[in-house]
Amino acid sequence: MNVSTEQLWQWLNAIGDPELPAISIVDLGIVRAVRWQEDACHVTITPTYSGCPAMQVIESSIVDTLRAQGIAQVRVETQLTPAWTTDWMSDAGRQKLAAFGVAPPAEKAAPASLPIDASALFAPPVVVACPQCGSQQTRLVSQFGSTACKALYRCTDCLEPFDYFKPH
Amino acid sequence: MSRNPQFDWLLRAGDSALILAQRLSEWCGKGPALEEDMALTNVSLDLLGQATLWLQQAATVEGRGRDEDQLAFLRDAADFRNLLLVEQPNGDYADTLVRQFYFDAWHALWLSSLISSADAGIAAIAEKSAKEVRYHLRRSRDLLVRLGDGSDESHARLQRAADRLWCFTGEMFTDDAIDQEIAAQGIAPLPSSLREAWLAMVRQSFAEATLTLPPPDAWMQQGGRQGRHTEHLGYLLAEMQFLQRAYPGAHW
Repeated sequence: MNVSTEQLWQWLNAIGDPELPAISIVDLGIVRAVRWQEDACHVTITPTYSGCPAMQVIESSIVDTLRAQGIAQVRVETQLTPAWTTDWMSDAGRQKLAAFGVAPPAEKAAPASLPIDASALFAPPVVVACPQCGSQQTRLVSQFGSTACKALYRCTDCLEPFDYFKPH
Repeated sequence: MSRNPQFDWLLRAGDSALILAQRLSEWCGKGPALEEDMALTNVSLDLLGQATLWLQQAATVEGRGRDEDQLAFLRDAADFRNLLLVEQPNGDYADTLVRQFYFDAWHALWLSSLISSADAGIAAIAEKSAKEVRYHLRRSRDLLVRLGDGSDESHARLQRAADRLWCFTGEMFTDDAIDQEIAAQGIAPLPSSLREAWLAMVRQSFAEATLTLPPPDAWMQQGGRQGRHTEHLGYLLAEMQFLQRAYPGAHW
């Protein structure tokens, strides 16, 4: 079985995130590497959040998808470092998120090594534009939305609530 | 001290995350507001994921064929090494919030100090978790300030919780033989080295929240990290471990 890695990436790019089906696991930056080792296809993934329950589903989707393409031996490996960041999200992914109604991260993620002090931690958040009407007049409702990776906002112009994909 | 200081140290890391995750999950469906309910369960989920990583590492280091689930579900209270703070009951929302703030402030500083650990596995878990915990701290500190500097009722409740839980904070900064050994190996700094930064963070946040800081040199309860727990842990474990005790090896 000698499928090119380009082809493998293409197949993987068709797998939607279980909780955000509009965006693929490749667009999210979850798939870190794909390679052949002897007769087995090795896919390296990295968890978004430590406790994200979607990771097990993602792992089995990868195995199922590649098996369906005739690849008998698929190994999914998890790699923790470098830690996943929303900075790895592709531009296509950001656009798809916005079209899906979720505001993409509005700033770069703070590095894990940032010192823990009040000024760095508690800086006022940047402006998050409403994915429905584009207004900049929005307000944080809750630091956590429907999943660990999102916060809940509300647009004060069109009054619609929306999810915001937090910079992480 | 057991035969393997690294195993004990990893249990301490994993158990504090696990027990607090379990405590927070008790709020699921009962939060004072929908947003708070979601926040607490999301924080719980992060901590549970981190506990899994720490306990996997502990199981590997131990090398006796146990996995993270066996460590979580088949040990008794005296074998748990979590901080006493995290096993304290949820109480009212002020108790839960102050417990979280005290823990988050320590947790963020502690993880940050582990990113440069000589042990690559520990550094990787710390780097991953530090980003999550920074956000937990942002939330708990924000709420502490809003409720401390809120109504007379919310202020009084927060102050009461802050005073009541204070005696469980000293344990985060006491060094024992295991800590000395781990520090000597370059794996983690001594717990006592984080105390000043933690106190500065708490002092500044309390000032903003118009709360009075309890005396830093007050008498402190300790023992959780050595396996001597308050009476609350046994009840928590009875609930958390019930399924695996009643139906050994059950999975879904």
